[in-house]
Amino acid sequence: MASVKLDNIQKTYPNGFKAIHGVDVDVQDGEFLVLVGPSGCGKSTLLRMIAGLETVTGGELEIGDKVVNDLEPSKRDIAMVFQNYALYPHMTVYNNMAYGLKIMGLSKSEIDERVKNAAGILELTDEQLTRKPRELSGGQRQRVAMGRAIVRKPSVFLFDEPLSNLDAKLRVQMRVEIKRLQESLGITSIYVTHDQVEAMTLGHRLMVLNSGVVEQLGTPIELYERPASLFVAEFIGSPAMNILDTKISEDGESVDIATNIGLALGNGGLPDYAGKKVKLGVRPEHLQLAEGSENSLPLTVTLVEHLGADTLVHGHFGEDETDMTVRRSGTLKTVPGDKLPISITRENIHLFDAETSRRIDL
Amino acid sequence: MIENRPFLTFMAHTVLILGVIVVAFPLWLTFVAASHDAVRMSELPLPIWPGTHFFENLDVVLNKGLWGGDGVGVSYMLVNSMIMALMIAFGKISISLLSAFAIVYFRFPFRMGFFWMIFITLMLPVEVRILPTFEVVANLGMLDTYWGLTVPLIASATATFMFRQVFLTIPDELLEAARIDGAGPIRFFIDILIPMSRTNIAALFVILFIYGWNQYLWPLLVTTDQDMYTIVMQIGRMLEAGESVPQWHLVMMTTLLSVLPPVAVVVFMQRLFVQGLTETEK
Ligand SMILES: Nc1ncnc2c1ncn2[C@@H]1O[C@H](COP(=O)(O)OP(=O)(O)O)[C@@H](O)[C@H]1O
Ligand SMILES: [Mg+2]
Repeated sequence: MASVKLDNIQKTYPNGFKAIHGVDVDVQDGEFLVLVGPSGCGKSTLLRMIAGLETVTGGELEIGDKVVNDLEPSKRDIAMVFQNYALYPHMTVYNNMAYGLKIMGLSKSEIDERVKNAAGILELTDEQLTRKPRELSGGQRQRVAMGRAIVRKPSVFLFDEPLSNLDAKLRVQMRVEIKRLQESLGITSIYVTHDQVEAMTLGHRLMVLNSGVVEQLGTPIELYERPASLFVAEFIGSPAMNILDTKISEDGESVDIATNIGLALGNGGLPDYAGKKVKLGVRPEHLQLAEGSENSLPLTVTLVEHLGADTLVHGHFGEDETDMTVRRSGTLKTVPGDKLPISITRENIHLFDAETSRRIDL
Repeated sequence: MIENRPFLTFMAHTVLILGVIVVAFPLWLTFVAASHDAVRMSELPLPIWPGTHFFENLDVVLNKGLWGGDGVGVSYMLVNSMIMALMIAFGKISISLLSAFAIVYFRFPFRMGFFWMIFITLMLPVEVRILPTFEVVANLGMLDTYWGLTVPLIASATATFMFRQVFLTIPDELLEAARIDGAGPIRFFIDILIPMSRTNIAALFVILFIYGWNQYLWPLLVTTDQDMYTIVMQIGRMLEAGESVPQWHLVMMTTLLSVLPPVAVVVFMQRLFVQGLTETEK
């Protein structure tokens, strides 16, 4: 078990492309950290640097209080699970798991014990251990890949989108299993995904990456309740947060929501932003239906999605037809063409600087 | 394409049977000729059905030597050919595996330069560079040795190129997984790459064994000692022996013997051979 410390880690690829622009993070012993971000933002690059599969071109990387910048992957006391499993196709499941241990020079009985133990944890039968990877289903291969990581008894687990090749149902099931496994083994884990639901459910903390820059590092709740930037606000949460282009009133006391509708900010307002453009974010699940309220926005419904437990209503309002999505629990009886009165409350809004896209604290 | 039309089936079989006849007929005549005696082979028309002297001829060719020869049979020449073909096949495969491994997995200066240099040797088969190569082999004192017979033929751009393509289809993650497992380059090569190229190696072995076995010009040049003669050379020599009429029944028996090992290799390795040339999934 070990902590992982990244100190101003940077990566410039040989072709001159700068993929990571200085990342700092202290992953605690036993913590589950999720790197999340859209495809191409540098998640894999960062993970592969920690694994030792890519060189670190700037900064210092520590695993368990030891600087490992120049250490071979096998010497870093890590194990990695790859997206497409990367099982050795010509070896049996047993040998796939045992291969690394043989190279470590462990005794036959020790290897056997570890493999059998891992197989037990992952519910792989003895018969499955004798098969080749191609004779297994996707979910089973995934288990073998995890088994190969577990048997090494590493200090750190690294996962690179391990579930993205599975179908939706299996993905949810394996997600739960990974979480349970990580909690029971207590091994520090760093997990890469582009799926925010996976990230929110798995991680103790999340690190949101955007074009090689850390947008925010925090617990799932922090990210959800106080997104540090417009990017995080739109990335976390499904359906995505509604964003309105608007401005702060001339006296700095309120924010304009629509023509003639303002929302008092209270707390002294935002005098620094008086008259300035801002972006206002509000989550679909935080929009209220406000029958008869005078401050309500008349939302013209364009599409209704019934999810069973929830109803998603898509529509637009105002002269410039600003798009808006509303999520209400239960079934909402409405059809395209209807006008729904929507109200936004002060405690549920997020304001972002229109230029820097950073959060404006109220 | 799965179709079930009797006429098509009939046509397909006709074409295939005709093909088999075209290939097999000369072999049949060889076998027939090898089973008659000298007298019958000098009469016209030549026989098309087997005679009764097959084992007698076999004994002469293998053990007694030939009229016009020196009283020694050709069995040791079969051994020579076998050693030569195996050395060429294994040599080519080992060298090509190693060079493809270097080119695909290592980043060294002028990597592509070396690749193209290997590629260019495609245009320089032994027939083209025969004089300089002979001189090198002679200067190294390798005339009349197995090394002299095989080493100049071992470098193979084709096989290197083929293994390069095979290695390129192996996903990078496998190398990375092996690195995390602690496998160095040599271990990765032996434990992962070679087993994964198994069928390709087998397919190439078949082709290269036959290539080595069929060598004629080069062995003719570098061997002067009769102990080093190969079976394919011997067929040529038997046709030229003395002023007399060639002893067709013995020549054909020798030919038959020289055809058997390549046939055996193809038959035994057929399944791997087809897999190696058609399989793309890794
Ligand atoms: N070997 C490489 N050379 C140059 N650029 C690369 C290389 N590998 C990845 N990149 C670039 O770095 C960026 C981040 O890639 P990656 O870490 O794989 O993204 P992610 O895993 O978040 O989808 C991408 O823009 C990608 O094109
Ligand atoms: Mg990736």
